[in-house]
Amino acid sequence: MNYFPDEVLEHIFDFVTSQRDRNSVSQVCKPWYKIESSSRQKVFVGNCYAISPERVIERFPGLKSITLKGKPHFADFNLVPPDWGGFVYPWIEAFARNNMGLEELKLKRMIISDECLELISRSFANFKSLVLVSCEGFSTDGLAAIASNCSFLRELDLQENDVEDHRGHWLSCFPDTCTSLVSLNFACLKGDVNLAALERLVARSPNLRSLRLNHAVPLDILQKILMRTPHLVDLGVGSYVHDPDSETYNKLVTALQKCKSVRSLSGFLEAAPQCLSAFHLICPNLTSLNLSYAPGIHGTELRKLIRHCRKLQRLWILDCIGDEGLEVVASSCKDLQEIRVFPSDPFVGNAAVTEVGLVALSSGCPKLHSILYFCQQMTNAALITVAKNRPNFTRFRLCILDPTKPDAVTNQPLDEGFGAIVHSCKGLRRLSMSGRLTDRVFLYIGMYAEQLEMISIAFAGDTDEGMQYLLNGCKKLRKLEIRDCPFGNAALLMDVGKYETMRSLWMSSCNVTLGGCKSLAKKMPMLNVEIINETDQMDISADDRQKAEKMFLYRTLAGRRKDAPEFVWTL
Amino acid sequence: MGGGAEYENDLNFKATELRLGLPGTGCINEEKAVSGAKNNKRPLLETREERGSKGKSDPQHDEQETDPAPKARIVGWPPIRSYRKNSLQPKKAEAEAAAGMYVKVSMDGAPYLRKIDLKVYKGYPELLKALENMFKLTIGEYSEREGYKGSEYAPTYEDKDGDWMLVGDVPWDMFLTSCKKLRIMKGSEARGLGCGV
Repeated sequence: MNYFPDEVLEHIFDFVTSQRDRNSVSQVCKPWYKIESSSRQKVFVGNCYAISPERVIERFPGLKSITLKGKPHFADFNLVPPDWGGFVYPWIEAFARNNMGLEELKLKRMIISDECLELISRSFANFKSLVLVSCEGFSTDGLAAIASNCSFLRELDLQENDVEDHRGHWLSCFPDTCTSLVSLNFACLKGDVNLAALERLVARSPNLRSLRLNHAVPLDILQKILMRTPHLVDLGVGSYVHDPDSETYNKLVTALQKCKSVRSLSGFLEAAPQCLSAFHLICPNLTSLNLSYAPGIHGTELRKLIRHCRKLQRLWILDCIGDEGLEVVASSCKDLQEIRVFPSDPFVGNAAVTEVGLVALSSGCPKLHSILYFCQQMTNAALITVAKNRPNFTRFRLCILDPTKPDAVTNQPLDEGFGAIVHSCKGLRRLSMSGRLTDRVFLYIGMYAEQLEMISIAFAGDTDEGMQYLLNGCKKLRKLEIRDCPFGNAALLMDVGKYETMRSLWMSSCNVTLGGCKSLAKKMPMLNVEIINETDQMDISADDRQKAEKMFLYRTLAGRRKDAPEFVWTL
Repeated sequence: MGGGAEYENDLNFKATELRLGLPGTGCINEEKAVSGAKNNKRPLLETREERGSKGKSDPQHDEQETDPAPKARIVGWPPIRSYRKNSLQPKKAEAEAAAGMYVKVSMDGAPYLRKIDLKVYKGYPELLKALENMFKLTIGEYSEREGYKGSEYAPTYEDKDGDWMLVGDVPWDMFLTSCKKLRIMKGSEARGLGCGV
């Protein structure tokens, strides 16, 4: 292989796209390392504190596209204080300073300021794509900067961010010369938008394929927009509020008839279900449907809609669909691969979704491999049936709203049920459990879940053995997050080398002590062991026997981070 | 949907189950309260356990679940993103306000109207009892076929479309969101509603 000129090797490496494969390629020999690194364009950094931006720039000078993730996953559920970290500014500043030709930026759970957005818009002439997921720290002013200065912008995709809204001025900032938009998603913005500017923008974007509107875009504007975008593939309907007068409704139907390419539908942020029949036209071609923000759509209207969606592969829905509705999904959507059932009332849940719906889905949908299911109750029998029906699960996340609830029929822990799932689903990569669970379930997981990469545990287990089974057994484990479990130092310190093979470990409200964490930090210098201390009483010289309320550790090449706030101690 | 039947089965099972616990001990979680580091969380969870372990509850009697003052809120549970949580909550508050929980009640022949808060009642039986008390009359029991047969009175309500409907036909939740005002019809008009169609 060393007889090939570099250009040939580079050309061959171009066909290797996955980061894991490219990492493997780079480890073959020094020449391959050099060529691969200098030609790599796309990098994924799962933990922004695992490596410094300078090091990434040094290794991959040709970098054009980067994905960065910041806060730990449990930050989504308010377990991490604001200002914990995850600031993207240092990265952007480093890229700008080194004249990187950055074109694509994707961030998840990070803090990005308006200044940073401004810096992006001015530093990278070819900037094309900005995707922000669950981020915060910015306002529509930052979006205005992106709109104004990124002449070749193709994608602006805002998913579930907390954005300070200074009203719809930002949309007008796209210059008349900007005609390159392919994807625009502003569904999460809470404020009004300049509707005229929106219409003009859509009119001059012939390549627009994905458009997700926020609640401020009413039905008549939607209809006008749809008339201009017959090639739209992904549509997010904003507001669907009032029963439209028949003229608007008929115009909408006409517009939808032209949209033969729509494959993905979402939104309906405020919906009057009676108008849904207009969408029955596009249902037969839909592969993705997200109604998880549409509590107004349920009952007969919802079931009618679903019956039309025979090609559906992905469905996100609220639990008001009920077991009955899920049975309709199971009988209508034979191509279904992924389903997420969210609670419509986070604290009580709708009694209508139980193990019955889950079993129906597992039996009716042969391609189903990814599920997130919030429900009122579960039984071992149901889980065992699901495991038998559906050994192809790769992601299985079950959340019983009452987190320690046992089997609803037998009152037993759900160990056997989850055990059946891990035993049967040999390709399982991600697992979240809930309900009454003892150490036994961890024994099963350690024994059978060979491909498991990420697991989330809450209110489970009895002794340190539980966590030990897990760490011992799951060789491919990358992310482990635990809350409110009786696991202590013995489990934490059992195999300290393991943590260098993982991205991160989160433990909160468990039995690990400050002393245990300090001991771990001392043994493993390549780990950052961070304690989040939210109470005033504790200080670093405190009694080592005190419990560490929140601990987050991760492997890193960058040493302790310099931006940690006061309440975060790196041991 | 068989919610009622399941409730029954659950009770029977518990009654005949052979267990090692002392007589009178409730669900497993009470026994568990003795162990482990989670003591300070157990008592909170028990309340929810006891309610939750009843399994599927009849939607008409679901109201004890929609407790306006939630008792056992665990931080970060259920695990859904704040963005999603925040976007659903205000809708619920809006929906409740829009339901117009205080509704006027008129009775044929009475000199003035009354007002009642529908939210206070967990279901139809309670509502009817309250109306009976308020107006000193007997309405009796609802049957799908014959309405309130045997009574001189028929409780009706005006729904969102402006139609006058017999109280009791639709599930309680649906009634709450669609009821704009109540009217207790009397005499021949009332009997007319019970028959036919």
